[in-house]
Amino acid sequence: MKLELRGITKRFGSLVANDHIDLTVEAGEIHCLLGENGAGKSTLMNVLYGLYQADDGQVLLDDQVQQFAGPGDAMAAGIGMVHQHFMLIPVFTVAENVMLGHESTRAGGLLDLPTARAKVREISERFGFHVDPDALVDDLPVGVQQRVEIIKALSRDARVLVFDEPTAVLTPQETDELMGIMRQLKETGTSIVFITHKLREVREVADRITVIRLGKVVGEAAPTATNAELASLMVGRAVELTVQKEEPSLGDPALIVEGLTVIDPIGQLVVNDVSFTVRRGEILAVAGVQGNGQTELTEALLGLQPRVEGSINLDGTELTSASVRRILDAGVGFVPEDRTEDGLVGEFTIAENLMLDRSGGAPFVRAGNIQRGALADFAREKVKEFDVRTQGIDSKVRQLSGGNQQKVVLARELSRDLRLLVAAQPTRGVDVGSIEFIHKRIVETRDAGVPVLVVSTELDEVVALADRIMVMYRGRIVGIVPGDTPRDVLGLMMAGEHPAEGAAA
Amino acid sequence: MSATVQQPAPSPEIVTLDTTVVTSWKAPIAFAIFTVLALALAVFAPQEGDTTFRLSTQSDLIQLSEITVPTMPALWTTIVLLAIATAYSAVLVSSKRRVPLWLIVVFAVLFMFGFLTWAASGAAIPVIGLLFGSLSLAVPLIYGSLAGVIGERVGVINIAIEGQLLAGAFTAAVVASLTDQPLLGLLAAMVAGMLVGMVLAVFSIKYFVDQVIVGVVLNVLVIGLTSFFFSQVLAPNASLLNTPPRFERLPIPVLSEIPIIGPVLFRQTLVVYLMYVAVALVYVGLFHTKWGLRLRAVGEHPQAADTVGIKVNRTRFWNVALAGAIAGLGGTFFTIGSGIAFNKEMTAGAGFIALAAVIFGQWDPIKATLAALLFGFASNLQNTLSVIGSPVPSEFMLMLPYVVTIFAVAGLVGKVRGPAAAGKPYIKS
Repeated sequence: MKLELRGITKRFGSLVANDHIDLTVEAGEIHCLLGENGAGKSTLMNVLYGLYQADDGQVLLDDQVQQFAGPGDAMAAGIGMVHQHFMLIPVFTVAENVMLGHESTRAGGLLDLPTARAKVREISERFGFHVDPDALVDDLPVGVQQRVEIIKALSRDARVLVFDEPTAVLTPQETDELMGIMRQLKETGTSIVFITHKLREVREVADRITVIRLGKVVGEAAPTATNAELASLMVGRAVELTVQKEEPSLGDPALIVEGLTVIDPIGQLVVNDVSFTVRRGEILAVAGVQGNGQTELTEALLGLQPRVEGSINLDGTELTSASVRRILDAGVGFVPEDRTEDGLVGEFTIAENLMLDRSGGAPFVRAGNIQRGALADFAREKVKEFDVRTQGIDSKVRQLSGGNQQKVVLARELSRDLRLLVAAQPTRGVDVGSIEFIHKRIVETRDAGVPVLVVSTELDEVVALADRIMVMYRGRIVGIVPGDTPRDVLGLMMAGEHPAEGAAA
Repeated sequence: MSATVQQPAPSPEIVTLDTTVVTSWKAPIAFAIFTVLALALAVFAPQEGDTTFRLSTQSDLIQLSEITVPTMPALWTTIVLLAIATAYSAVLVSSKRRVPLWLIVVFAVLFMFGFLTWAASGAAIPVIGLLFGSLSLAVPLIYGSLAGVIGERVGVINIAIEGQLLAGAFTAAVVASLTDQPLLGLLAAMVAGMLVGMVLAVFSIKYFVDQVIVGVVLNVLVIGLTSFFFSQVLAPNASLLNTPPRFERLPIPVLSEIPIIGPVLFRQTLVVYLMYVAVALVYVGLFHTKWGLRLRAVGEHPQAADTVGIKVNRTRFWNVALAGAIAGLGGTFFTIGSGIAFNKEMTAGAGFIALAAVIFGQWDPIKATLAALLFGFASNLQNTLSVIGSPVPSEFMLMLPYVVTIFAVAGLVGKVRGPAAAGKPYIKS
């Protein structure tokens, strides 16, 4: 089926998320939509899928103008979508999820589960998915959940399939498999729109590439274009794709973690007997697919997890089950995974956010009163130093872009006297320009002799920053390998396979 | 572009992490406290004489003989058994195992037996009456908890159950008095409950007002309205407006003659029989029909439901209205269900106990019904004991249902996860 978007415009208040976007996808074509976070890709696809109503413009399928009042209409017209955040009900089985919205029923209005199961099995066999129709979605690994999304779309005879950032949650191997599935779908004449910001994937699978920046189409490219060409189209200027860093000058072991186990409320060992050391002046990057215990590991280091066994030792001080306050006072800086949830208070100003973890006394608080003057001076200095793009230190943090919010978090954490920096997903949802800056600051922190633990699910980031790489899988350490370990080895380790040769530490 | 199909060779795997048992000393500690309580009764307030348990009523076809036990020996035996259960639970927990549910049930039954034996020393406990009354008192709680389950499963927290019950009770009394038709009163009560539900739905779904606040305000509003009409309109014209006819008891042939069960379950009124049907329908409906699948999807992950073409807010609106109608039906129990005239605030917090039953019952209609029955039992135990003249002060016994509620909800619930999107309005941009 041929898909055509003509002059799609979508505004949110004064923000123009999509500005007269034109896009044509031929039948049996994989068309990549490339752009940075916030460029307007997802908005465009939500318009296509009927979740948003466009302010202007038309959607055409096989040259017929379509009117979508909601996703139901879009689906009926043959559009399927694999969402970035899976649209699956975790407490339902695969079959229930697939049948939801177009349920077939038996006598008495009872659900016809056998038919739904058969449908799941049929599609699953056609593509070699091996999905159990009776498994609870919550129990499935994300890679399999994504297949359930694909089955869901195909069970409604989708002829145009939109993949919205599908690889963000996958291991490199799963990503390769997904590419295989896309090609297979393409063979059967399905048109595919593949939304991503990862250049490597685009060049591997795309037939055509459209680049979007700030809500506008800024160019088309062939899959033969180089990474640098695509990146500069996407960002609008030449970008440095690699991080400049010198060899580390290693000091003594600073953070020593031994036998660390974190138990969640239902008794699962989300971090399972983890031991590692980070030396002064070293970046240890923790790689792994989202949800393999990295989050809980960083939270345990900060004293945020209630059930922790084992030992955490920083510069000879035992920090296991210490209070968060004591851990902060011991010189631990923390960049949390989700800055809007755990890192910042959106309704507070930049200045207030900069003193969040220092409300206990001097220099910002004296006799219970906030020292507005000292705080303002400090905030102005930090805003300048960290290049936070804002109207002023009294702007609410909520109004900043993701990159600038992250700079505020980083500014706060790095302005203390650190003995350890823990940074979880430091550049998630951050524009390319800010990524460069944040990476530079992290490397500078290392060079100042601070041990750094970086957690990232982006292999690019891990490889760019790491002096050593620790790979986690299902709560355990698969191995700790040197920073120059090839990607395919890391990919296998992220899927739980131990490296063939002995892991160097 | 290469068109070779890659080998997707994933294993059909399930994410499994190593697990350990998170042990909790809650159960052994609670057991120990209750054992000590029983011991205290035996030591500080010993009772002479025998206790009789009466298992039949005079009208029963099959008469079961009464069971009489000597009070103190029976109490001491119970205490020993309670102590054994406590020790066993402590052993289980210290060896990192869970205290099984059956042990908790056995403990509760034993304690209740011991307590009843002690409290009714020298008298006879009408077991049938005790259970019959428990069921009756549980009726509005069960209807209310069904309304709560439906509301929360679809994503709207229904704090207004109390108001819906009260509106139902009021409307049923007035309409049934005017028409002399209890059935019309019942229908009117459902409409009244539904209207309260619709107000809740409109404010929480369309205007995104905090659902808890709307619910509380609605409760206060209904109390105010019904009290106003009661004192200004109903009281002066009581013979016309507030002398509702009652539903007659309809014993079901054969079933009503089964010993113990028959008199308790099958000599009831239409309101109670409708309740059996409602519980079954809601259970089957929620878990085995299209309606239930969509309803639960909307309450768990509204956006996912939206992306498959389900109208989230419409689903929420109509199901909250339905929940209101069910609660309104439950309200009829207070007036035409029992043949009592309407009175100010006569629901006396039943809606809130129903809400507790929803949580204690883990958002499952059957479990919520069982929870409501437990609360009904606690209430009726207090009635029964004061009637047979037990040594326990009646003011103390009045606390019992609420103490049971607090213990049940706070102590024994353990890990429960409600519908993920309950209480959150669905806002589309």
